[in-house]
Amino acid sequence: MTSIIEVKDLTKKFGSFEAVKGVSFEVEEGGIFAFLGPNGAGKSTTIKMLTTLLHPSAGSLRVNGFDPRTDADAVRRSFGIVFQDPSLDDDLTAFENLEFHGILYGVPKETRTKRIDELLALVELSDRRDSFVRDFSGGMKRRLEIARGLLHHPKIIFLDEPTLGLDPQTRNHLWSYVEKLNAEEGITIFFTTHYMEEADKVAKKIAVIDHGTIIATGSGAELKAQTNTDSLENAFLALTGSEIREEASGGLDHMREARRMWSGNRK
Amino acid sequence: MGGIYVMWKREVLRFLRSPSRIAGSLGQPLLFLVALGYGLGPVFRAAGQGNYLDFLAPGIIGMAIIFTSIFNGMQIIWDRQFGFLKETMVAPVSRLAIMFGRTLGGATVAAAQGALVLIMAVLIGFRPVSWAGIAPALVVMLLVALLFSAVGITVASKLRDMQGFHLIMNLLVMPLFFLSGALFPLSSAPQALLLIARFDPLSYGVDALRYFLTGSAAFGLGLDLLILCAVSAFFLWLGALFFSQIEV
Ligand SMILES: Nc1ncnc2c1ncn2[C@@H]1O[C@H](COP(=O)(O)OP(=O)(O)O)[C@@H](O)[C@H]1O
Ligand SMILES: [Mg+2]
Repeated sequence: MTSIIEVKDLTKKFGSFEAVKGVSFEVEEGGIFAFLGPNGAGKSTTIKMLTTLLHPSAGSLRVNGFDPRTDADAVRRSFGIVFQDPSLDDDLTAFENLEFHGILYGVPKETRTKRIDELLALVELSDRRDSFVRDFSGGMKRRLEIARGLLHHPKIIFLDEPTLGLDPQTRNHLWSYVEKLNAEEGITIFFTTHYMEEADKVAKKIAVIDHGTIIATGSGAELKAQTNTDSLENAFLALTGSEIREEASGGLDHMREARRMWSGNRK
Repeated sequence: MGGIYVMWKREVLRFLRSPSRIAGSLGQPLLFLVALGYGLGPVFRAAGQGNYLDFLAPGIIGMAIIFTSIFNGMQIIWDRQFGFLKETMVAPVSRLAIMFGRTLGGATVAAAQGALVLIMAVLIGFRPVSWAGIAPALVVMLLVALLFSAVGITVASKLRDMQGFHLIMNLLVMPLFFLSGALFPLSSAPQALLLIARFDPLSYGVDALRYFLTGSAAFGLGLDLLILCAVSAFFLWLGALFFSQIEV
């Protein structure tokens, strides 16, 4: 099997703080790869480097054979992404969010319209095609983001905590859909999650990262065997300890307030 | 091309879809036109300066444009916080195209706001010297809007949060407006004030608007256009540079 993602000694420093400390791993083409770790471990930072959003401080990386530092656009055409934080435009409709994405990725109009309808049906949002995203629930937004990430036929899809805050039904639905994509279209899946059952069920290969360092890799079964535990959750706790990590907080609420102040009734 | 179009269209759609926002941002210019235009009119006339509403209208159009375009440019801060910026940053489109599309969209919207203020001014008694001056005045509005949208994007590319935004609104936009000669004639202003106004690009925008709408300009149309074009080009370049350096 060939590797579609190759990462070697990848490092990211924010000032003097080293968020990712020389990680190395590979993801097989057509594989399902779970990147697990407590809050602040460096998962999102690693994904941002793979997806050209952040410049690595050191190390080498290849995505679909291209280097994100020198071949950013080739890399960008290779993947779709669902970010950890929402990234839809709330003031546009579901269709417009997808349409804008299609235009940005140069999908020709006919293909675009057809594919948008297919994808909306797939994530069961066809009847909300022309509703504003601001009126969507968290689960609907997530599904729309997944549809958007798939619109340009990527070879890899990155899912950064895609099921955060979703109810079990939606989570279940989402994963069976992702597995189907992987099986039928051969799309490589790279995801993070805090739900260990999900990772155990879906992932073919797992890497556990903590404090910016990869501390274990293997299949779910291998990690359980290695730690002598009976569930991935316990394997994870055995590997990363039980100390609670703080999630860095954003200034979202302040921002909302300020925007309302300066722009009248906008949400 | 697709990138420029999409970013432009997004700005225009947002504008068209929020009638209350349009109405809201016309309130302030209307207040200035009525309170100052009518209130100071007699004093202005007594001082032998002519009709104050006629003098004031181009200045208030400039005000609407600078506020709207800088505000639109600063949308980047919200797009960064609310995540949409990331969606554009991972797209296989040059950052230059994204930045340029945003600037054009913001400028289109701000110029439209300026045109609405012009209509409003006419409704309350402003009379342009000639109707033929309207078309070139609209072009000037677009140019001024382009300039300050680029300024907004340049500044916003370096800011991360709302504190910075308030700071810019109060420390940059307010002085730019009040010191531009939008409210008072530069020809009779004290030397020091005139000197400051000469470093304020909005002065030249308002001056060019006065040239087409009232028939008189303090600096002259040639200098106005030269400065507006040069400063726009500079901020488009600087904004593109800063925007390309954003890490999300
Ligand atoms: N832009 C940034 N500037 C400074 N520190 C950051 C930045 N982004 C992330 N970090 C820090 O890097 C560490 C890893 O963050 P992240 O990759 O988001 O973790 P995870 O996704 O695993 O929860 C955290 O300590 C976080 O606070
Ligand atoms: Mg994360």
